Amino acid sequence: MLLSVNSMQKMLTIISNVLKGSASKNGAASEVARVVAARTYADFTAEATFDVKKCDTHRLDDAPPTKSVLTREDALKYYRTMQVIRRMELKADQLYKQKIIRGFCHLSDGQEACAVGIEAGIKPTDHLITSYRAHGYTYTRGVSAREILAELTGRRGGCAKGKGGSMHMYANNFYGGNGIVGAQVPLGAGVALACKYLDTDQVCATLYGDGAANQGQIFEAYNMASLWKLPCIFICENNKYAMGTSVERSSASTEYYKRGDFIPGLRVDGMDILCVKEATKYAADLCRAGKGPIVMELQTYRYHGHSMSDPGVSYRTREEIQEVRSKSDPISLLKDRMLANNMASVEELKEIDVQVRKEIEEAAQFATTDPEPPLEELCNHIFYNDAPLEVRGTLPWTKLKSIS
Amino acid sequence: MDEELERDERVFLMGEEVAQYDGAYKVSRGLWKKYGDKRIIDTPITEMGFAGIAVGSAMAGLRPICEFMTFNFSMQAIDQIINSAAKTYYMSAGLQSVPIVFRGPNGHSAGVAAQHSQCFAAWYGHCPGLKVLSPWSAEDAKGLLKAAIRDDNPVVFLENELLYGVAFEVSEEAQSKDFVVPIGKAKVERQGTRITLVSHSRYVGHCLDAAAVLAKEGIECEVINLRSIRPLDMETIESSVAKTNHLVTVEGGWPQFGVGAEICARIMEGPAFNYLDAPVIRVTGVDIPMPYAKILEDNSVPQIKDIIFSVKKSLNI
Repeated sequence: MLLSVNSMQKMLTIISNVLKGSASKNGAASEVARVVAARTYADFTAEATFDVKKCDTHRLDDAPPTKSVLTREDALKYYRTMQVIRRMELKADQLYKQKIIRGFCHLSDGQEACAVGIEAGIKPTDHLITSYRAHGYTYTRGVSAREILAELTGRRGGCAKGKGGSMHMYANNFYGGNGIVGAQVPLGAGVALACKYLDTDQVCATLYGDGAANQGQIFEAYNMASLWKLPCIFICENNKYAMGTSVERSSASTEYYKRGDFIPGLRVDGMDILCVKEATKYAADLCRAGKGPIVMELQTYRYHGHSMSDPGVSYRTREEIQEVRSKSDPISLLKDRMLANNMASVEELKEIDVQVRKEIEEAAQFATTDPEPPLEELCNHIFYNDAPLEVRGTLPWTKLKSIS
Repeated sequence: MDEELERDERVFLMGEEVAQYDGAYKVSRGLWKKYGDKRIIDTPITEMGFAGIAVGSAMAGLRPICEFMTFNFSMQAIDQIINSAAKTYYMSAGLQSVPIVFRGPNGHSAGVAAQHSQCFAAWYGHCPGLKVLSPWSAEDAKGLLKAAIRDDNPVVFLENELLYGVAFEVSEEAQSKDFVVPIGKAKVERQGTRITLVSHSRYVGHCLDAAAVLAKEGIECEVINLRSIRPLDMETIESSVAKTNHLVTVEGGWPQFGVGAEICARIMEGPAFNYLDAPVIRVTGVDIPMPYAKILEDNSVPQIKDIIFSVKKSLNI
C-alpha cells in the first residue's frame, strides 16, 4: 500500500495526538509522544486554502473570493490576536466587577473576527475609526493590552494617560474610540477625504453598529462620500442588538449593507475571520482603485450585554447566546480549521493560550498597580502647540496651569 | 483666506455655496476660480455631516475652514464641534490634535427673524478646548482669521453679517501677508479716563459712537474691543477699570449667562472689584426671540442711547 507524504503526516499527527492524550495517564508513553511530536513539528502544513461563505452583494457585479489562502504563520498570528482580545475583554469584565474599572465598559468578546479580520485586510498605513466598543480595535491598531487595561483602570500608564477611559483610546492612524453614537461616521469620511486630498492610496475603515445605522449623519456621510468618491469603507458591525433593542425593533430595513442605496454593499459572515479578511481586502482594493465608497455589513454577535451594566439576558435568551458560542465562536472556528488541516498542534495552541493568559495577567497586574495620574496633569492637553495658560479651578482664586 | 490658502496647501474651505456661488455673503468670492474644486468645496445642506467630515479631515492632517452659512445652523453640527473637535486633544492626552476653523456670520442681521438671529458667543465661549473669536474691524477680521487658520486647535470664528458691508481704514502693516493679530488679547480702540466700555463685534462701533456723543459733554470713555471671547482678556479690562472705576459691557446676545455676565463675575472675583465706584452695567439684547417687524427688531437690540444712559447711570449724572 502506497502512502502519500501528506497522509503519512496526518497519520503521525493522529498518533502523536492520541499518545499525548494518554500521556497524562501513562508516564511511559509521554516519552514516545514527545519524540513523535518533535518529528511532526516540522511537518505542519505551511499553507492551506479554505472555503468562505459567499458574500451577499448590493450593486456589485462581482464579489470577494470564496476561497481564502491562509499560511500557518498568519493562522497562528490571527489565533493569538483573537485570544488576546478575548482574554483582555474577560479580564476587563473581572476588573469592572471588582470596581477597579469604572464608568462605561463595552466589551466585544464574540466579535474578535471583525477586528482581526479587518486589520488583516487593510495595511498599517490605512486608517480606522470606530465607536465606543473599541478595545479590540485599539489592540489591533497597535496599542498593547497593558496600556489598554491601564487606561481602563485610569492610571498614568494608560494609552491616554488615564484621561480618556474606555471610549477614548487613540493610536497612530486610529481615531478612537468615540462616545457619541454615529458621530464617528462623518469623521471617518473626513479621514478618507484627507487620504484622497493628500494623494495617498490609503483608505479609512469607518465602523458603526446596527444601532447607529439609522443615524441621519450616517446618510449625510454616505451622500458626500459617494459624491466625492472618497476611499471610505463604511463597516456596519451588526451584532443584532443596539443595547436592548433588536434590529427588527429598531430598523425598518435590516439589510444594512443595502442602506447606502447608491453605494455598493457586501454582507459578510463576521464570525469567520477569513471571510472578513477577504471582504475587507476586496473593499480596500475597490477604494484604492478610486471606486469607493463601499458599505460592508459584518454579521456578528456579542456574548456580553451592551455594557457592563447590562446582564444581556432581558432582551435575548441564554439559549441564543449559548448556541452562538458553541456553533459560531470565531476563535473555535479558526482553531478547528487549523487543527483539521494540520496547521498547528493542540499542544502548540495550548502553549499560545498559556502565553496569552500570562500576558494579560501581567497587563492586569500593571493596570492595578500603576499609580493614578498626578494632579499636576489635570489641566494639561487643552490646546496643542500653545503657550502655557491659566485655567480656573473650582474656586475663583485657584489658578491651575495648563501646558500643551 | 486667500493668503492662507496660498501659504499652506493643507488649508481648504468647505461649506454651502462657498465655491460656485462665491459665498452666500460673497466672503469667498474668487477663491473657487483661483483654487478649484479640490480646495474650495461646495457641500450639500448637511451641517452635521460636513462639520464631521471637516473635523475628521483635520484629525488626518488637513487644515479645514468649515463655513456655516450662519451660526444658527451650527446647532445642527454642535456635537461635532464640541465632542469631536474641542474635547479630543484632552481625551487623547495630547495624541490627537484638531486644527480646524469654524466660521460664519453670528448674531442678528436685519429682518431675518428669530431662527436666524441668535448670538452664539456665550454658548461656544462656555467650552474648554475651543478658542472663540469675534472680530469688529477689518483689521480684526483679517488678523484674527489668519491667526485662527494658523492655530493648531479648534477655533470658532464669529463674524457679523451687518459688518460685512462696513468699510474700515486699514494700516500699512495690516496689509502684509503675515499680519496676524494675537488670539486672547483685547484692543483698546479709544483711550478714556471716566468710564470703561467693553464690547465685541458690531457693538464696538456703537460704543465708539456713544463715546463720540459723550465726549461732547466732557465724558471721555475708554472703549475696549474684546476681539477674543475665549480666552477672555480680563487683564486689559481690569487695568482699564483700575483707571476709570466704572464699567459698562455691551453685547447683542441675550443677558442670561452671557458674555457680560461672565465679565461681571470675573471683575467681582478679581482685583478690579476694589476699584469700582458703581456696579457693572450690562447692556444686552432683549431676552426674547428676535421679532421681525422693524420697530420691534430695532428695540430688541442695544441702541446708542442705551449705552449713553448706562454711562450716565454709572457715573450718577
